Amino acid sequence: MAYSEKVIDHYENPRNVGTLDKEDANVGTGLVGAPACGDVMRLQIRVNDNGIIEDAKFKTFGCGSAIASSSLATEWIKGKSIDEAATIKNTQIVEELNLPPVKIHCSVLAEDAIKSAIADFRAKQAARLALEQA
Amino acid sequence: MTLKLPIYMDNHATTQADPRVVETMLPYFTQVFGNAASRSHSFGWSADEAVATAREQVATLIGASKAKEIVFTSGATESNNLAIKGVAHFYRDKGNHIITTKIEHKAVLDTCKRLEVEGFEVTYLGVDKLGRIDPEDVRRAITDKTILVSVMLANNEVGTIQPIKEIGAITRERGVLLHSDAVQGVGKTPFDVEEMNVDLASLTAHKLYGPKGVGALYVRRSRPRVRIATEMDGGGHEFGMRSGTLNVPGIVGFGKACELLTAEWRAEAERFRGQRNHLLDLLTSALDEVHMNGSFEHRLPNNLNLSFGFVEGESMLMAINDVAVSSGSACTSASLEPSYVLHAMGVTDDAAHSSIRFGLGRFTTDEEIEYVAKLVIEKVRKLRDMSPLWEMHKEGIDLTTVQWTAH
Repeated sequence: MAYSEKVIDHYENPRNVGTLDKEDANVGTGLVGAPACGDVMRLQIRVNDNGIIEDAKFKTFGCGSAIASSSLATEWIKGKSIDEAATIKNTQIVEELNLPPVKIHCSVLAEDAIKSAIADFRAKQAARLALEQA
Repeated sequence: MTLKLPIYMDNHATTQADPRVVETMLPYFTQVFGNAASRSHSFGWSADEAVATAREQVATLIGASKAKEIVFTSGATESNNLAIKGVAHFYRDKGNHIITTKIEHKAVLDTCKRLEVEGFEVTYLGVDKLGRIDPEDVRRAITDKTILVSVMLANNEVGTIQPIKEIGAITRERGVLLHSDAVQGVGKTPFDVEEMNVDLASLTAHKLYGPKGVGALYVRRSRPRVRIATEMDGGGHEFGMRSGTLNVPGIVGFGKACELLTAEWRAEAERFRGQRNHLLDLLTSALDEVHMNGSFEHRLPNNLNLSFGFVEGESMLMAINDVAVSSGSACTSASLEPSYVLHAMGVTDDAAHSSIRFGLGRFTTDEEIEYVAKLVIEKVRKLRDMSPLWEMHKEGIDLTTVQWTAH
């Protein structure tokens, strides 16, 4: 199967590979996919007090398209507010990376990873708020 | 010696034609171009003689007692179809039961499925975790309706060599015909149709350093005489078993490839074994969590199938893209299902997704082995640094206890 140039670029020079401290209250972690399906993405965000994603990191077990989708996702969400980041759609990733139909699930997983990281961050914030009010 | 890229290490898929084979074939395109079925002039006679020589060469490689037991076809897919459908349709009054295995090539499995639609009953035997058939399972599966057992000589993914001789003893004792898809094993492991009591065997030239588009079906002529219904109607070529003008240059090349193997295969197998084991040593001494799929003992000498834990197979193929290998990962197949062969062996889907098959060949050099090992080690490390599973494994998390979201 031939890959698009953009997939190859992200695969060979992945942006933002790494790990943020998942115990940090300002960090949200999304872990999606399953090893048995051949794709697992972990996407993490660090959100500042203004609700802006200051930093994003990923690690992915998966094919080149899965790695490229998660790399692109971190690149896009950095500097965005969490509300803006939550609007990113898998179809935008498909378009940007020229993913073929058999690789669309990679983009879906990347969208899920963003949403899951944001949900984790929001849950942590809600828990902290509840603790402060109690 | 300078290394030339890309490196071909996918010799279970196909092989480069040996230049000696190509040289032997060339005159049969432009000089001896007659139709081997033309009986009235020297063009036809010369072509027919060349085919007769090739028939002897193929027969010799597999220990057939008569050259006319070799029926030339277009390749192993046709040979497998002709053997299984041919026997099923000829002997349907005798019985309707066929026994095969879950790890056969699709040309066998899908042929059997087609026969099931026609009303035949097929038993698909399982394999152990090393990919081996238990001959006693064959014995137990035989009924008074069984007409054919079809078991491959060696598997194309994990290189496991099957106990054909033991199975042949059982089928002969029970009066059931034995077919073997011998495509991957011939020329790399002992195969002798007389000694092993094989009644039909499929071969193809392009896995043996010969040309694509030509294969053969061995059909036993005596003790017992095997009959098959024809699948291709026409001029009655190949003793009435396979009509169609013979691919004379291809058949000549196939014959030459077999002649070379008869003389050289044992030495070649030893060289493969040395190179393959060296590759294995290099990889396993540098990397943790590398698991071999299949048997080490009963294995083709040129095959290595490894799962590099926590690294997805297709991303490995991409990382080493100037080395041609293949993977059992779903991502490399159109079906998005991981390898059915590994699945039948009880290999988990995770490990199947991480599997890489190396297939050494006649033209694999020691330099290439060193280069491939170094590259694979480097890329596995890079991909593990990028793998959340590797990080979790290093933290001591048991990945089987994690709640994953299947998608």
